[in-house]
Amino acid sequence: MNLCGLNWRGIRAVMTKDLTVVLRSKMILLPMILLPVMLQVLMPAAFGIAAYFAGDAIAGDLEDLQVMIAWLPAEVQGRLAAQSPGQVFLEIMLVYAFAPMYLIIPMMVSSVVAADSFVGERERKTLEALLYTPLTDSELLLAKILTAWLAAVVVGVGSFLLYIVMVNLIGWLVVDGIAFPNLMWLVLVFWVSPAVAGLGLGVTVLLSTRVNTFQEAYQLGSMIVLPVVALMIGQFAGVLSLSVLLAIGLGAGVWLVDALIFWFGVKTFNRDALIARL
Amino acid sequence: MTVISTQDLVRRFGDVVAVNGLTFDVERGEVFGFLGHNGAGKTTTVRLLNGVLSPTSGTMRLFDLDPVEDGPALRRRVGVLTESPSLDERLTARENLKIYAELYDVPAADVSARVDELLGQFDLSERADSRAGEFSKGMKQRLALARALIHRPELLFLDEPTSGLDPMIAHQVHELIAGYAAEGRTVFMCTHNLYEAQRLCDRVAVLEHGHLLAQGTPHELASRYARSQRLEIEATPATLPLALKTLNKMSGIEDVEAQNHSVISCSGATQETIPDIVALLVAGGVRIVRVTPLEASLEDVYFALHEHAAKGAQS
Repeated sequence: MNLCGLNWRGIRAVMTKDLTVVLRSKMILLPMILLPVMLQVLMPAAFGIAAYFAGDAIAGDLEDLQVMIAWLPAEVQGRLAAQSPGQVFLEIMLVYAFAPMYLIIPMMVSSVVAADSFVGERERKTLEALLYTPLTDSELLLAKILTAWLAAVVVGVGSFLLYIVMVNLIGWLVVDGIAFPNLMWLVLVFWVSPAVAGLGLGVTVLLSTRVNTFQEAYQLGSMIVLPVVALMIGQFAGVLSLSVLLAIGLGAGVWLVDALIFWFGVKTFNRDALIARL
Repeated sequence: MTVISTQDLVRRFGDVVAVNGLTFDVERGEVFGFLGHNGAGKTTTVRLLNGVLSPTSGTMRLFDLDPVEDGPALRRRVGVLTESPSLDERLTARENLKIYAELYDVPAADVSARVDELLGQFDLSERADSRAGEFSKGMKQRLALARALIHRPELLFLDEPTSGLDPMIAHQVHELIAGYAAEGRTVFMCTHNLYEAQRLCDRVAVLEHGHLLAQGTPHELASRYARSQRLEIEATPATLPLALKTLNKMSGIEDVEAQNHSVISCSGATQETIPDIVALLVAGGVRIVRVTPLEASLEDVYFALHEHAAKGAQS
C-alpha cells in the first residue's frame, strides 16, 4: 500500500512491534489497566455506595454542589429539580464532575506509550537498528505517533464503555436511573479525548529529544494532566461547567495545539539528532 | 564495480572531529576491513554511509546513490549489524526477524520461509519462540546477524561482528562472512580484531582519530609499513644456545625465543639487516640450517602505523 506515498507496510511493522513490546511490559501495562479501573469503576462505585447508605441525608451534601448545579443548562437543572437527592448527587458527580477526570486516561496512556516508544527504545538500545531500516524520518515518526495515539483512543473508548455500564448499573441499583451517556460525554469521548491523547504524546515527543530515560519522560510527561486537574477544580469552584459547547471549543483548542506540536516535532525529529544521542 | 566511494568525508560533533577527510573506495564482492581502536570513527563512518548521519562536508556514493538524499532506497539494499545487537528483548527471535522482514519489504509470501531459513542457519530454530531477552550474548549476536541478512542485502556492514563471541561461534561468523562474499556480495567490516581482519579481508583501511592512516591489502600494508620482520632460524641443536646468546646481544633484535631444541624466533629484523644477522651468527660459530623471514602480520602493521601517527602528533 502506497497511500500518500508512505510505506504503510513498514509503518504497520513498527506499530506492531511497539504495541507488542508495550503489552509485554508490566511497568507500562499496569498503569494502562489500573487508571481506568480506578477512575471508571472504583470511584463511581464508591459514590454509589455512599449515596446508597446516606439515603435522603445526602441532601445536606447537595448544598456544596449548588454552585456547580447553577452552571448547568436550564433543562438539566429542571430535570434535576424533579429528582431525589441521591439521584441528583450521583448525576452531578458521575456525569458532570467526573467528566474532566476521564480525560486523564487517554492523556496518560498516550504519554506512557510514547515515552516507551521514543525514549524507552533509545534506552533499550533498540533504536539504532530501526534507524538503519528504509523508513523515512516522517514514516518513523508517524508510526510511533499512531501507536501511542491508537493505544490511547482504544483504552479511552474502552474505559468509556466500562463507565457506561458502571453508571447505569449504579443508577439502577441505587436510585431510579441516571441519564447517561449524554451528548456532552459523546463529544468528550469522540472529539476531545483523541485530541487530548495527541497532546499527551506530542509533549512526550518533544521531551524525547531532551531526556534520556523512560522514567524521566514519563514523569515530565505526566505534568500534562495539570490542565485537566485545573478544569476539574474550576468545575467544583463554579468557575466553569463542561457543556457541549465548551467541550467542542476545548477539543478544537487542543487539536490546534496538537497541530502546532506536531509541526514542530516533524521539523525537529530526524535521524541525525536521534543517533547523536545514542 | 565500485560499491562505496567517499571523498574528503568529514563529520564534526561540535568541536570534536569524528571523521576527518576520509577518501576510499570499496569494490563489489570485496571484504573491506575498517580497522581502528574504540573511538577512531568507525561507527560514525558506518552511520554516515547509511544516511543515518549527515556529513559536515565531503561526498559519498553507495551504489551511485547519495545516502543523505536517497537514504530509504539505499537502506533497502544494505544490511547492518550494529555494535550492540539492538534487539527487541521483549520480542521472540521469530518476531524480531519477522518485523524486520516487513520493514525491509521482503515479499509477504516469502517472510515465513526466510525467517525459518535464517533461524536454522544460525542454529536458533529450537529457541525461535523464546524472547530475545532470555538469550546468551552469542545467541543475541547470531540473531542480530540473521536480522541484518533478512532481505539478502547486496552490501553488509558489520560493526565488530565477533565481539564477545566464543571462538566456536566466531568461527561460524567468519565462515558466514566468507561465504557471503563468495556470492559476489560486499562486506564492510569494522573491527579491532586484527586476526579476523587478516583472515577475512581483501583490503583494509586503518583509522585513527577519524583520519585514514593507510589502506591496501594486508600484504601491501605489511610490506609498506611493518617496521620489522620476524625471523625463524633453525640451527643445529648443539649450537642453539650459542645462537640464542648471539641474537640476544644484537642491537635491534627483540623477542628472542627458542621454539624447540633447534628453532629460534626473533623480531626486529629488516630486509637490510638479515644478511648481517646471518653473518654474525655464522662468525660466532652457529651452524645454520635454515633462515625464514616471516611476513609481518596486520597486527605489526597496525601498531607500526599507530606508533608512527603518535610520533607525528608529538612532533
